[in-house]
Amino acid sequence: MKTVADLKEGEKGKISAFLDNKLALKLLEMGCLPGTEVKLEHKAPLGCPYCISVSDDYQLSLRKSEAITILID
Amino acid sequence: MIVALIGNPNCGKSSLFNHLTGLRQKIGNFPGVTVDKKVGFCKVSDGSDIQIIDLPGTYSLYPNSLDEQVVLEVLANQNHPDFPDLAVIVADSSNLKRNLLLFEQVNDLGIPTVLALNMLDVANEIGITINTPKLEKLLGIPVVEVNAREGIGLEGLKLTIFRALDKKAVHENIDLISLSLKDKVGKIKERFKLKTDYTALQFLSQTDKLGFLKAKDILFLKDLAYELNFDADAFHTKEVIDRYKDIGETLSQVIEIEDEKHSSLTLSQKIDNVLIHKFWGYVIFLGILFLIFQSVFTLANYPMDLIDAGIADLNNFLKSILPESKITDLLTDGLIAGVGGVLIFIPQIAFLFAFISILEESGYMARVVVLMDKIIRRFGMSGKSVVPLISSMACAVPAIMSARTIGNWKDRLITIMVTPLMSCSARLPIYTILIALVVPDDKLFGLFGYQGLVLMGLYLLGFFSALIGGWFLKKFLKTNEQSFFVMELPTYKKPRWKQVGFTILEKVKTFVFEAGKVIVAISIILWVLASYGPGEGFSKVEENVGKLNPELNGKELEHKISAEKLKNSYAGHFGKFIEPAIKPLGYDWKIGIALITSFAAREVFVGTVSTIYSIGADDADDATIKARLRREVNPDTGEQVFSVATSYSLLIFYVFAMMCMSTIAVVYRETKSWKWPTIQLVYMSALAYFSAFAVYWLLK
Repeated sequence: MKTVADLKEGEKGKISAFLDNKLALKLLEMGCLPGTEVKLEHKAPLGCPYCISVSDDYQLSLRKSEAITILID
Repeated sequence: MIVALIGNPNCGKSSLFNHLTGLRQKIGNFPGVTVDKKVGFCKVSDGSDIQIIDLPGTYSLYPNSLDEQVVLEVLANQNHPDFPDLAVIVADSSNLKRNLLLFEQVNDLGIPTVLALNMLDVANEIGITINTPKLEKLLGIPVVEVNAREGIGLEGLKLTIFRALDKKAVHENIDLISLSLKDKVGKIKERFKLKTDYTALQFLSQTDKLGFLKAKDILFLKDLAYELNFDADAFHTKEVIDRYKDIGETLSQVIEIEDEKHSSLTLSQKIDNVLIHKFWGYVIFLGILFLIFQSVFTLANYPMDLIDAGIADLNNFLKSILPESKITDLLTDGLIAGVGGVLIFIPQIAFLFAFISILEESGYMARVVVLMDKIIRRFGMSGKSVVPLISSMACAVPAIMSARTIGNWKDRLITIMVTPLMSCSARLPIYTILIALVVPDDKLFGLFGYQGLVLMGLYLLGFFSALIGGWFLKKFLKTNEQSFFVMELPTYKKPRWKQVGFTILEKVKTFVFEAGKVIVAISIILWVLASYGPGEGFSKVEENVGKLNPELNGKELEHKISAEKLKNSYAGHFGKFIEPAIKPLGYDWKIGIALITSFAAREVFVGTVSTIYSIGADDADDATIKARLRREVNPDTGEQVFSVATSYSLLIFYVFAMMCMSTIAVVYRETKSWKWPTIQLVYMSALAYFSAFAVYWLLK
């Protein structure tokens, strides 16, 4: 199972599912639907949080602990 | 008539609010919570005034923080005093799909809406065109194009609001309720007299977040949810996915996207490569902080010196034309000196808020959150605590309130507890005066002023002690609460100067009217306390001084008399009373008076000191506060009162001391208990006392 946390900087992936129900709702609201393409743009200097761009439209910042709940394929 | 502005964070809602209401706005509180309520008035087409409320930005009706919860509580409660007659949904057109989610939810609550399409220029730039008339037809409610940045389309929006208030329209949405729920939802609707099924579903699925519900209502709803085996999370998730599907279908008919879509992110990403770089990110952040302090100290100094000198001139002028009397003294040394103590703050508050709002406006503040999250997490806080911590360099009160965006209670509490350790602008005048007294006005390497460096040192001391305080609290507080960090990173934007101006004006106004009242009142009380005294000691001062010092005459005699008078006044008695406790810190009883009064608010210190010393000294040629303090000599020992040791001891005392009644009050309101403000007061006072003690004895 690959998650957003496994992406390398500049690498892309498509969201397939969420592991955390409450966080899933928050991410859905923010426009991260299953099937959406996300790209890992930056990791903060100390390796966390991550900055991801969502379907090349806008950027989200989230912690590593949150990134590992987003499954991608 | 109440019109609410509703929208996602960063959709341009606040600038639209400013354009609509101009300067006719005020900040209040929502009943029962301390979330800022921005209310303004706007004239519509028939010349009548309508009330406009700017609700906090949110992605949906499902809140993750107190700020967002207010939106739910206002919109889901028909009896709320701020319940709007009309909602203007402000949408970022470059990301319409996500913005329409909230739009649909608000409509389903039965609130009539107008959709304002903002940021169409950004959408066009990245190759998105929107067929507005068609969108209006599909949604069945008025859709207006606006440009909140430039202030374009406002008249059209006002006209639309005016018409919509007359002929209210609600967009009809997909049916969300499965048949199995219909019956129970009807029961809720009936009990609370609700307009729509969707509102009833909010009652059922978010019972805990609706603060206005009574205990028996909560019980009723919980029982119902149990009976139905209702899974709120699953319901919410399904709702959001269904809505996106519906929105997607609508938008596919009105939106055209160029084949070769240009990403709006390209530039921001390039800037991010530098600003959140492993090395340069921090260098630039520190550089920006450094720049802020150097410029606040140097630039704000000019207007401050002008105000300081202006007040002194005014006082001298008044004293020269008015007859010598108690009333004249009250006017000049009491009232005008007090007002001067308020006015002198304005330049620094204005400069600090200018910088803070530029950082927020430009989108850089969100990057600071990213840069600092991991570091600051070790100290029991979240990256989001950076915003309160930085804001509290201006004032701890709004800073503590801004901690509401932190969803996690423990993170938020720790942030609240340590935020007052950050040096606020009320400490600045104290720092400014004491630094000017003891730090030479030279430059290191001919470049960096020593005074600015010491000032930055004091701010860093406050910052690091806040971190250490957080680390301690983290050990003691336990929580199992789950919360999220995830947030949107806005693209970089050129700051809107008008918006920056609004922020400055708003903060200065709040300060002058809120803090100003206290300061002026205390200045007058002080003057009275310093001008009158108990018993015979005070009234016989002149006689006694003459008898005891027959060799004195003229100026010297006058000086001695006024000094003795102060000593025997009520204020003098107060100061003397606490002198034993503060002597180890290097303070005399006059400073003691200032310590007592500045407990109301730190900034009172400077005003008090200037009142006390202008009462105690002849003011022929040392009109300004600084000059007066430098010349102050302890009559018993003949040493300078504001010596290096005493001045540094005072500086350190004020870095740590929790001397601000407003902060105590706001901590009480935000934590809803006296426990936290009490703990805060005790730990900060102890820290202040012992550090000042150590510094005094090290330097002496």
